[in-house]
Amino acid sequence: MSTGAELRPDHQAIAEWRRLRERLARADRAGRAAALAALAGGIRRTVIGTIADAGLGHTGGDLSVTDILTTLYAAVLRLDPADPSWPERDRLILSKGHCSVALYTTLTTCGFFPAEHLSTFAAPLSPLNGHPSRRSVPGVETSTGPLGHGLPVGVGVAIGLRLRGSAARTVVVLGDGELQEGSNWEAAMTAGHRRLSSLTAIVDRNGLQQGARTSDTNDLEPLADKWRAFGWEAVEVDGHDHLALLDAVTAPRDEGRPRCVIARTVKGRGVSFMEDRVEWHHRVPDAEQTRAALAELAESGDAR
Amino acid sequence: MKAAHDCRDAFADELVGLARADDRIVAVCNDSVGSSKLAAFAAEFPDRLVNVGIAEQDMVGIGAGLANAGLVPFVCGAATFLTARALEQIKADVAYSAANVKLCGMSPGLSYGALGPTHHSTEDLSWLRAIADLPVVVPADPAQTRAAVRWAARTAGPAFLRIGRFPVPDVSPPDGPAFTYGRAARLREGSDATIVATGTLVSRALEAAELLAGRGVQARVVNVSTVSPLDREEIAAAATQTGAVVTAEEAVPTGGLGAAVAEVVLETRPVPMRLLGPRTFAPTGEPEFLLEHFGLTADGIARATLEVLGRAGA
Repeated sequence: MSTGAELRPDHQAIAEWRRLRERLARADRAGRAAALAALAGGIRRTVIGTIADAGLGHTGGDLSVTDILTTLYAAVLRLDPADPSWPERDRLILSKGHCSVALYTTLTTCGFFPAEHLSTFAAPLSPLNGHPSRRSVPGVETSTGPLGHGLPVGVGVAIGLRLRGSAARTVVVLGDGELQEGSNWEAAMTAGHRRLSSLTAIVDRNGLQQGARTSDTNDLEPLADKWRAFGWEAVEVDGHDHLALLDAVTAPRDEGRPRCVIARTVKGRGVSFMEDRVEWHHRVPDAEQTRAALAELAESGDAR
Repeated sequence: MKAAHDCRDAFADELVGLARADDRIVAVCNDSVGSSKLAAFAAEFPDRLVNVGIAEQDMVGIGAGLANAGLVPFVCGAATFLTARALEQIKADVAYSAANVKLCGMSPGLSYGALGPTHHSTEDLSWLRAIADLPVVVPADPAQTRAAVRWAARTAGPAFLRIGRFPVPDVSPPDGPAFTYGRAARLREGSDATIVATGTLVSRALEAAELLAGRGVQARVVNVSTVSPLDREEIAAAATQTGAVVTAEEAVPTGGLGAAVAEVVLETRPVPMRLLGPRTFAPTGEPEFLLEHFGLTADGIARATLEVLGRAGA
């Protein structure tokens, strides 16, 4: 496969994704939880393998955001992976663009492009850059990487969709560390002022940034209160509990308020020797660590 | 040549006309309804004016989001705050994301006069010219401004329009298009030297050519309204056919028009050059005084041309 290939829809994967969505819609809560856990477990294993093969990636953050992305793409977002620019689609913006491998892998589970391409991640001329580019990856709404960019763009999308009379929703997934960027609070203020009730921000609150704990660097707390003070509804949930995430995102809206879901997560979630360890921000597992991580993820039975 | 026009008026009027015909057009601004001349737009299309307040990073990101939602945003703010404060958003959210956003840098150059260097936008051309796939357009008069706005509205993709505030006379020829994207316009023929100018400096370049003609020097005048991508053919022809080039702009020439022209001259036909533009923070003074201070007058351009020709004492 040429690494400079143009990414095209994977129709078989799209069909599987559609079947999964129907299954999730019909399932009882236990069935829904099990199906999402299985999907997330598979994504985690692919993330580990992809990063290990590429020798590059942000392992810790990919694993903390996996359950959030899995829940959104499998059970919430209205999308047409065969037509990534369908005007009525819901928009997902991954502001923490360094966690691109989790995003790319999740996009393949919807069929935006075939999973085989993941093996080209970070290779010369691959469309799958270290940070997601709107130019080369179908399903990526805006190029991210520099922090503090996703929320302003999401606010613009929500304003624009409302102007156009569209019912589509906008979800921005943020890292907690990046909330130190002031641009987020400019956007939070605008969203509150404009009462953008179609907008949801999900904070991947793993408590760690590149160099240290957020609380030891530039503390974010009281985080929920900050969002509320900016005119948002704010809820806190376990960011690895798929049903809790699903409930938090889909609960009836307080009309006139954007919603912030603070998803409490563990950086490196699912691999014991990575969990809550600052050094796994962008460490790449060696061969032995990769084997151990994959074994642990398989053993967990996708059900944790 | 009568200096009469603030190009922001032509910009604002053209934008309202386009917005009547195309409901995808929206205006975005940073508490600059007045200085971006958007009052008429706001009155006619109150829902389509997104005033984010004093928040330029937010403003440019929101512009990219509006484009994602299928709208055509004209994002307006004082050129220095728009470009300096939101440079990374311009690079990542607009240019690298290939978003259909029209960035409109109002009141550029030295036009804020005695408000001082914090308000002067003299680095914007250098910064934005360095960003790939971002057209940088500098209209020189109202006709060019209107044509550039129409071009931006109908052309998918990012663009930066530098909308002048300093009063300028009409310089566009009455026949032919006022603005063709990517093409420089030869406003006066000449074989001894070429003055390449942009924006405010175009009319002054034409006046300089008059002065030079009085001294027996036939200077060609080229109006560069698309600074990036530059019309390489026209610049190479100027160097080859006239053998001397002077550039003039209301911006630092280190990276702006001057550097852009110098790159092409160097790569095609190296000839003597002078690059005119402010190279230091401006002292206190009104715009006219500051242009004079930096030698950005007809006299100053003519003098520089004679120097390049080695005839300063002639």
